[in-house]
Amino acid sequence: MPGSEAFDLRRFLQSDGRNAGVWIALVALILFGLARYENFGGAYNIVSFLNYNSMFIVISIGMCFVIMTGGIDLSVGSVAAFTSVVAAYLSPYGIEVALPGGVLAGAAFGAINAFCIIAMRIPPFIATLATMLAAKGGALVISGAQTISVDWGSNFTKLGMEKAFNVVPWTIVIVALVAIVLWAVLEHTSLGRTVLAIGGSEDASNLMGLKVNRAKVFVYLISGGCAGLAGVFLASGYGAGQPLEGIGWELSAIAAVVVGGTLLTGGLGSVTATVAGALLLGLVFNILNFENGRGTISLSAYWQMVIRGGFLFVVILLQTRMTASRQKAG
Amino acid sequence: MSDGSLSGGKAVSRTTPALSLSTLRTHGGLIALLLILVFNALFTPNFLQVQTLFVNISQVATIAIVAIGMTLVIATAGIDLSVGAVMALAGALAPLIFQSEFGTVYPALGIAAAFILPLIAAGLCGLFNGVMISYLNVQPIIATLILFISGRGIAQVLTNGNLQTFSNPYFSYLGTGKILGLPFQGWLALALAVAVYWLVSRTIFGRYLLAVGGNEKAARLSGAPVRMVKIGAYVLCAFLSGIAGLIVVAINSASDAARNGNLMELDAIAAAVVGGALLQGGRAPIFGAILGAIIIQLVKYTLLANGVEDEVALIAKAAIIVLAVYIQQARKE
Repeated sequence: MPGSEAFDLRRFLQSDGRNAGVWIALVALILFGLARYENFGGAYNIVSFLNYNSMFIVISIGMCFVIMTGGIDLSVGSVAAFTSVVAAYLSPYGIEVALPGGVLAGAAFGAINAFCIIAMRIPPFIATLATMLAAKGGALVISGAQTISVDWGSNFTKLGMEKAFNVVPWTIVIVALVAIVLWAVLEHTSLGRTVLAIGGSEDASNLMGLKVNRAKVFVYLISGGCAGLAGVFLASGYGAGQPLEGIGWELSAIAAVVVGGTLLTGGLGSVTATVAGALLLGLVFNILNFENGRGTISLSAYWQMVIRGGFLFVVILLQTRMTASRQKAG
Repeated sequence: MSDGSLSGGKAVSRTTPALSLSTLRTHGGLIALLLILVFNALFTPNFLQVQTLFVNISQVATIAIVAIGMTLVIATAGIDLSVGAVMALAGALAPLIFQSEFGTVYPALGIAAAFILPLIAAGLCGLFNGVMISYLNVQPIIATLILFISGRGIAQVLTNGNLQTFSNPYFSYLGTGKILGLPFQGWLALALAVAVYWLVSRTIFGRYLLAVGGNEKAARLSGAPVRMVKIGAYVLCAFLSGIAGLIVVAINSASDAARNGNLMELDAIAAAVVGGALLQGGRAPIFGAILGAIIIQLVKYTLLANGVEDEVALIAKAAIIVLAVYIQQARKE
């Protein structure tokens, strides 16, 4: 039964032992924050931290699937900006329409990516670079380059601003559900095994008769849909569709996936470690903000870009070392 | 729309496969250029004027210079996403140098340093990319992502995010000067193209470059210094991006780290691919890249001059990139 395996600590450690680094770093950073800042462990910081990072976590999960097949999706940031506008336009019809509408709009871009990559055989990064441009252009066209206010009278804003049972924000509940479902798909279905097999060797997967194209369509649809969901969160949390947002989100997602131990060449990967990677990246900036607030350092938004790049550099170096040593051992 | 034209292309290729596909590949760029020119001559107001020519030459020069470098990188089966960030970095450094205390006391030395130091910094960015890729075996798209993110950040940290304005006739010559009545940067782009063409077609470096892109393993076995060749390609690409960054700053008499070179990686990749570069490496059509840059620029200009919004132009550019890569990919089959 899959459910019992989910809580088997030993199996978890075995399969995820490779990703022990990200978990240790996450726990260490949390302990550091708790020891150093008074309000770090407060409900307000925890809830707003998770609420803000829900967008990045969900995008990172989608990206993780694409990268496991050896592909990449550079369009997620623009697609999220596009779907935030779509969700804002649909918000008068309520959350029942705006949420699926935004996710479907994102999945539509995923379908375009899949068509270009599979039918037209265009390399993933070129195809998704093009949809990145198209989504950005599309978002600006349908919004007239303006932020589009959501309908405050409808129940749409509850999604980003209210909590389930007054405890957990709805965005976090939804992200958790997405993560659990996709984790189960990856770990316990033939589709998930095919995704990993493609990243290992696409030719071999084809020869084994695996449904390679179906799995590739799946990963780009998931990535687009996850980006769509992030756009819905964006519109609902900030009360507006924002066509100019999403710049650099694809990089945060790629960084989170890499930090989570997923190999960029594909074939290996984990949903849980990706979530941990996204949390770790978010936490680095949360802690930098606390330091800023203390006045001990003063970091502008520009420094944050430099730090983000530096962080990616360190992680890539470590991962390269790791794969090199494993290849030697193997 | 694109779907219809694609299936149309396939139908033609089925009846006369060799002819139509190869014509499209070898002369596609020229045919496209001709079509755009005829369209503009007929429909775009004021297209056949000297002013229009100047505007287009000065715009195309920066795309062309970066596209030449991108072509070298693509020839090694790599890609460089950091070109725009390197432009911003070089562009931010130059005014900082000639407006510094040293630069105002020794104007001549200041100007010289404002050309040389930013280009050295750009070259170092290329060295970073090249070492990551050839010694640490990081995929090019990921390795160049690092500077893509942090390069522009460094430029903004250096300038505190401010727009630097200046009036310096010597430095501005790079952007506004004219030789034989035509913009200086147009001549510069042409000179660089000739120099790089010579490098690719007449030197050992060029032969190794194409060999590395064609078959890296074979090149290594036959004794080509694969790592040095790759590093050379990324350094040259970054160096050329640095020149383009200086030109943009000189044209505007202002340096804006947030906007200089923004989305240039897309224009450069598009120009290189439209010009006939193969993403799997092995070809370095330098003058093709120039042709590609002209096409990209003319498409932008045509849309803008005919009142199409900038945003729609982004979608058109996306379609051009996909179509060009699709036509190039067909070559493999």
